[in-house]
Amino acid sequence: MTAVEPDTAKPEGFVDNDEKPVGYGRMLRKEDPRFVRGLGKYCDDVELPGMLHLAILRSPFAHAKINGIDASAAQAHPKVKAVITGADLAEQGLAWMPTLSNDVQAVLATDKVRFQGQEVAFVVAEDRYSARDALELIEVDYEAIDPVIDVRKALDPDMPVIRDDLEDKTDNHCFDWETGDEEATNAVFDKADVVVSEDIVYPRVHPAPMETCGCVADVERVDGKLTLWSTTQAPHAHRTVYALVAGLPEHKIRVIAPDIGGGFGNKVPIYPGYVCAIVASLVIGKPVKWMEDRTENLVSTGFARDYIMRGEIAATKDGKILGIRTNVLADHGAFNGTAAPVKYPAGFFGVFTGSYDIEAAHCKMTAVYTNKAPGGMAYACSFRITEAVYLVERIVDCLAYELDMDPAELRLKNFIQPDQFPYESKTGWVYDSGDYEPTMRKAMDMAGYEELRREQAEKRERGELMGIGISFFTEAVGAGPRKDMDILGLGMADGCELRIHPTGKAVVRLSVKTQGQGHETTFAQIVAEEIGIPPADIDVVHGDTDNTPFGLGTYGSRSTPVSGAAAALVARKVRDKAQIIASGMLEVSVADLEWDKGSFHVKGDPSQSVTIADIAMKAHGAGDLPEGIEGGLEAQICYNPDNLTYPFGAYICVVDIDPGTAEVKVRRFIAVDDCGTQINPMIIEGQVHGGLADGVGMALMEMIAFDEDGNCLGGSLMDYLIPTAMEVPDWETGHTVTPSPHHPIGAKGIGESATVGSPPAIVNAVVDALKPYNVRHADMPLTPSRVWEAMQGTLQPPI
Amino acid sequence: MQVTMSVNGEEVTKEIEGRLLLVHFIRDHLGLTGTHWGCDTSNCGTCVVWMDDEPVKSCTVLAAMAGGRTVRTVEGLEVDGVLDPVQQGFIECHGLQCGFCTPGMMMTARALLDENPNPSEEEIREAISGQICRCTGYSTIIRSIQWAAAKEAETPVTVGSAS
Ligand code: FES
Ligand code: FES
Repeated sequence: MTAVEPDTAKPEGFVDNDEKPVGYGRMLRKEDPRFVRGLGKYCDDVELPGMLHLAILRSPFAHAKINGIDASAAQAHPKVKAVITGADLAEQGLAWMPTLSNDVQAVLATDKVRFQGQEVAFVVAEDRYSARDALELIEVDYEAIDPVIDVRKALDPDMPVIRDDLEDKTDNHCFDWETGDEEATNAVFDKADVVVSEDIVYPRVHPAPMETCGCVADVERVDGKLTLWSTTQAPHAHRTVYALVAGLPEHKIRVIAPDIGGGFGNKVPIYPGYVCAIVASLVIGKPVKWMEDRTENLVSTGFARDYIMRGEIAATKDGKILGIRTNVLADHGAFNGTAAPVKYPAGFFGVFTGSYDIEAAHCKMTAVYTNKAPGGMAYACSFRITEAVYLVERIVDCLAYELDMDPAELRLKNFIQPDQFPYESKTGWVYDSGDYEPTMRKAMDMAGYEELRREQAEKRERGELMGIGISFFTEAVGAGPRKDMDILGLGMADGCELRIHPTGKAVVRLSVKTQGQGHETTFAQIVAEEIGIPPADIDVVHGDTDNTPFGLGTYGSRSTPVSGAAAALVARKVRDKAQIIASGMLEVSVADLEWDKGSFHVKGDPSQSVTIADIAMKAHGAGDLPEGIEGGLEAQICYNPDNLTYPFGAYICVVDIDPGTAEVKVRRFIAVDDCGTQINPMIIEGQVHGGLADGVGMALMEMIAFDEDGNCLGGSLMDYLIPTAMEVPDWETGHTVTPSPHHPIGAKGIGESATVGSPPAIVNAVVDALKPYNVRHADMPLTPSRVWEAMQGTLQPPI
Repeated sequence: MQVTMSVNGEEVTKEIEGRLLLVHFIRDHLGLTGTHWGCDTSNCGTCVVWMDDEPVKSCTVLAAMAGGRTVRTVEGLEVDGVLDPVQQGFIECHGLQCGFCTPGMMMTARALLDENPNPSEEEIREAISGQICRCTGYSTIIRSIQWAAAKEAETPVTVGSAS
């Protein structure tokens, strides 16, 4: 009979939360009872009296001049309330808006369109069907211009200039960026026994959360206050940007991020649709809803990756890695919409030296504009770390291939050693803590690595294709220290407020926002552990700028590293005050009290104690409090991290390839993660599982491709393939715990480790399986046709 | 045109456009927003409901086609304040994260267990293969359905019809 295996449902080493009085451990999620009843409230579920519907007309061309727009027929549609074009917005100074990378992006095109799917006009109508009907009635006179699609040719002198809106722009250059020491790196390459080079492409992919982007804008007619229900991962940052762009006073803007159906980075940027809905509500004086369809989501909202990398690695002949260097050509699309801290135009790509102690490293990058959708945000990763980890883990495998060395052994030989932490990498990143070998060994044990290699050898004898792929990644998450990191001038800190009610129940207010990560549960657990109130008695409020403190939001695995730290520290601040009140109640000095997770007692006399609830009642009640202490039991802080946190992990993938069809089957996937202190292992395991499935998608199926005219070939879920339950194995997960030394509870981020770490493991496994065909590298997505070409020796890069 | 159907055991009659999709009828006209919408091409399965005890993608059915039939949505899973074992299983085994695919997954799971009370892992994967979850990687969804199957084997429950 079907049994639910306790081992898989409850990871090793953790007791259920309900077996302990408070705090960390496996605890069922507080948000689930509403979701399983279908009572989640997502953006499209918001229904307001008199609400109108907005639909956007998009460009069919990748590059074309707009000679004119005739909206009269649409305007005449009986259910249409307004049709707005770029020219209308330009009159209000609203035709352009800033991107998160200090570039500008058209809200509605005025002069020309620069990618297929670009916003050209919008219609507001009484219902969603009529709004779409009216789009068909708008006539746009386009004059096609040659599009710039091949990123390798974007800087050729005869190319059309895409961004002629920018002053004096004469080419399609976006930016150059460099890190590391070129001279030192060249020197180690010169003295190396072995140098291996490989061209490695990370194709354009899309986060494609199951809920598309959208919003409901409602401008109050009397006091002019805008309430915006919006699919945003960063409600506070969005509010400030709206204030700066639209000139609305910030206190008259309330951004509410209701339940969000997945984000994965896709819901970090501000999209033209949000601005259009705000404008529409302002103009018409009614609430306006905009929800994009799936095609709009895939063709126009933030993509990820799109890096063409040349990776080079230098080593001694016995496998000591000396240096890594890389040249990158980055496709940023028509507008630079990268979401990354301002000083990091290439995000955290600088961690491409990986988990290895090497002598020198260098990277040169050129980013260009093309006639493709803007984006370049982190798709479930901390700002371009996915690309960096893929590069290093692929090139290390290429080195293993050339040295004919086992890839596990090669990695073990080169790891940064535990006594080297904190470790400053050759590109200037200070890794906070790590102990890599035990994590690697654990993954190898779980996989039965030696046995797998024996099986592979036997199968190769028989002509069967089996591959074993390894990746060992280090991530840098929790942006970030405000001395280095800001987005559009906003420091990357997070606030947190905690209030203990008179009866000892509590409310904690966060600046971050869950999109499925389970903040309502984990943040209650963090506070519970510090203040001794059961998580069930702590309400978590988030996603509403009127009711939460300022902070930069949830992306790049930053919630636990930054906001989680804020939650722990604000609870400690409240506890300190509680201790002073307790000293008055028990008539002893503060120093004579001991904390007992939930109560203070007099040292040496546990019978003399007061609970947090007693103290809360006293703090709000009658009678004197100790000298200088205000009533109430609450606090607020803003946490500015000292450093990023550096989670890591060892992943092993086993694939079988059908030699007749070249279809790849992921047979097993073993993931051992180290994210420091674990708050809720059930949620951690879930986060890892989701990222692993993303990895299978990117490695084997997902790619946003374009034809030579700039038509997007990945505009539906029929063309842009996402793994179903049939393409993924039952995941095997494990963990080690190496706490972060600078984080108040020792936790590191986990939300994106698996998305970052799994693609190289899968690709390495496929390439390993193809060793009999002398394949050293094959670019993603490894679809059957591409694997077949690799077997024939005819595989070309995907772009 | 006018359409009448039974939704979660209640008869509803509404004036609708002939082209109205069942998913929009359920969400916009009946206010049952537990059924979601996630694609334009019948690929994602966030919209799965039952029509006459069969799971269907309600984005691919006209509301008019459901006339005279029995529709059951996620809101109809809980009976008299008691969660269906499938709902409980999703909570117990962390079968959901953002919750967006969850109603559709649970409707398919309920139909599977009614037909096959003890499905293998492969049979579960097959059953939900027309649906996408971007968050969970599916293992916990499978465990959730196995949990419900195990629970029902222990305590047989009468579920599976809208009435
Ligand atoms: S909405 Fe995607 S299948 Fe119905
Ligand atoms: S739980 Fe988010 S899509 Fe399945």
